[in-house]
Amino acid sequence: MLANTPALRAEYRNVWVVAEVSGGKVQKVTWELLGAARRLADARSCELWCVALGDGVSKETAAIHGYGADVALIVDDSRLARFDDEAEAAALVRLIGKYRPEILVCAATTRGRALIPRVAVTSNSGLTADCTGLAIDPESGDLLQTRPAFGGNIMATIRSANHRPQMATVRPRVMNALDFDPARKGQSISEGLLEGESGAFKTVLEVFHDEENPVNLSDARFIVAGGRGVKGAEGFKLLRKLADAVGGAVGASRAAVDSGWVPYNHQVGQTGQTVQATVYVACGISGQIQHLVGMQSCDYIVAIDKNPDTPMMRLADAAVVGDLYEIIPAMLAELART
Amino acid sequence: MKIVVCIKQVPATSDAKIDPETKRIVREGIKAVTNPFDAYALEEAVRIKERLGAEVIALTMGPPRADMVLREAIAVGADRGILLSDRAFGGSDTWATSYALSKAVERIGGVDLVLCGKQAIDGDTAQVGPGIAAQLGWAQATYVMAMPQVDEGSFTAKRMHEDGWDLCRIAFPAVVTVVKDLNQPRIPTLKGRLAAQKVEIPTWTAADVGADLSKIGLDGSPTRVVKTEPPPARNKETLRIEGSAADCAAALVRELRQKSLV
Ligand SMILES: Cc1cc2nc3c(=O)[nH]c(=O)nc-3n(C[C@H](O)[C@H](O)[C@H](O)COP(=O)(O)OP(=O)(O)OC[C@H]3O[C@@H](n4cnc5c(N)ncnc54)[C@H](O)[C@@H]3O)c2cc1C
Ligand SMILES: Nc1ncnc2c1ncn2[C@@H]1O[C@H](COP(=O)(O)O)[C@@H](O)[C@H]1O
Repeated sequence: MLANTPALRAEYRNVWVVAEVSGGKVQKVTWELLGAARRLADARSCELWCVALGDGVSKETAAIHGYGADVALIVDDSRLARFDDEAEAAALVRLIGKYRPEILVCAATTRGRALIPRVAVTSNSGLTADCTGLAIDPESGDLLQTRPAFGGNIMATIRSANHRPQMATVRPRVMNALDFDPARKGQSISEGLLEGESGAFKTVLEVFHDEENPVNLSDARFIVAGGRGVKGAEGFKLLRKLADAVGGAVGASRAAVDSGWVPYNHQVGQTGQTVQATVYVACGISGQIQHLVGMQSCDYIVAIDKNPDTPMMRLADAAVVGDLYEIIPAMLAELART
Repeated sequence: MKIVVCIKQVPATSDAKIDPETKRIVREGIKAVTNPFDAYALEEAVRIKERLGAEVIALTMGPPRADMVLREAIAVGADRGILLSDRAFGGSDTWATSYALSKAVERIGGVDLVLCGKQAIDGDTAQVGPGIAAQLGWAQATYVMAMPQVDEGSFTAKRMHEDGWDLCRIAFPAVVTVVKDLNQPRIPTLKGRLAAQKVEIPTWTAADVGADLSKIGLDGSPTRVVKTEPPPARNKETLRIEGSAADCAAALVRELRQKSLV
């Protein structure tokens, strides 16, 4: 809502985290968001609420409190078992109108990025995507939202002074969760879904969960990625072995995806995904700018390449010069020892 | 059927720099191109047209020179282009941009489907597509990797998720945002390109689409950029590891273990 006077702004209070829910379970990224939002709520001396919409989410109430929320706002409804973004948006807009949060944070996942722009437009609020920093401006009390733009070449800080709630999405693995404390208790509020809110726009006919890739790229702590240097689909099986050995996920350059060696949902970069792993091992990826923009904010980058002088080898924290078909099996042997 | 494809003109690379003095983005010398995701949206529109018959309208909001991306769209099969351009639109954030584009869609009239890219590579927000759907009060499907069935009244969309996908049925009108997996965009023929150069591209102003001036431009935008700065520099030097495969692997694993990374 337009809130261009102190009196209007004062009507909005508390920090909300909209939970990421899949299969009725609240996902890890939500705990990360609660960790960040706890600081914001403390800085504003207000409550931290976690809003969970889904089928069976009331079972998650204790976890929601244990990770730092004062209030769990639950919409548990079997009609939300499958992702109906229009329905969730309608319910959220209604709840925002009723409870008037000052700040609303949501995960920058495929679901969050479908849902929150719809909510922001409908409730006439500003929204900043993919924030890497969230802080309260000590003078105005407004939320300062810092995010990368232009493929990470620029950091922009954004403020929404005259609209409430102030909304932001944050990627997985950017913020830190608080330690889970089972003794932490809180309040819980249950809300329903109204007639006409669900199923008005879409029917989800079929859902596919990718069991072969247990770790998804955006959540992965460790990513083993392959490029044209992997030379074929067979080679990706070797990368998969390394990923499995370290509990990681498999990524790919566009060249590897376009050659048909791995599906598109593994592609990292400008026309793929942006990842935020602790370790990124680039195997046979030269490091063209369109690839780098998707992974350059990973903490520790390893490059394995025959060519000692590629952009990736120069960017890397550790650059291994050699044939990936020799290096990776040797790494597997080394990891198996001790 | 009437399909609108929203196309944004973006800097050619993500290699934009900021001027250390003015702290503004250096745009000089950087070529402007069609946002890569929007090419997949356009290709899908042209394929639907070829299968079912449809009018495909390319729509962009931007400066006068953004007519280029519309000509490229016409060269690969769009029937016409509309340039939404007015000083009053300058400084629009995603809220104001989705409002302006939705007003243009209303002015076009009778539109069944709006196709957008998943995101623009300069802002990377992915907010404008669902924003247009919300402004119009239409259905939406985002991260769409396939549209297996399209008929006069409805369509199916396969949406990509981190842990798989889902398939949904949606009635028109709707807004769809697409990822790269959807199709392989065709290359325009030389003849098509030349013909597109001659096409008249109408420019619509804020008044033409009946946009409320308090909802567009810098003043109509809920968000405002208050600071820009370079990203934190990647520290340190590169550790070079060379030698036999066994030695390299041992050195690398030792390094990863020392840093508690494995
Ligand atoms: C609009 C646009 C969008 C794009 N989006 C993306 C994107 O999202 N993601 C992306 O990745 N790219 C993207 N690209 C493509 C990008 O520009 C590069 O073409 C691509 O990243 C190159 O992939 P690569 O590094 O795997 O291949 P190459 O550049 O061919 O590199 C292969 C590397 O493998 C090494 N090698 C070969 N054999 C071996 C071996 N046996 N052992 C070890 N090393 C070996 C070579 O020395 C070389 O360095 C985009 C391009 C455009 C124009
Ligand atoms: N100025 C614009 N003109 C036309 N389409 C746009 C514009 N800005 C965004 N879009 C569309 O919205 C999509 C998402 O953009 P964004 O939300 O900026 O990441 C793009 O892929 C385009 O289809």
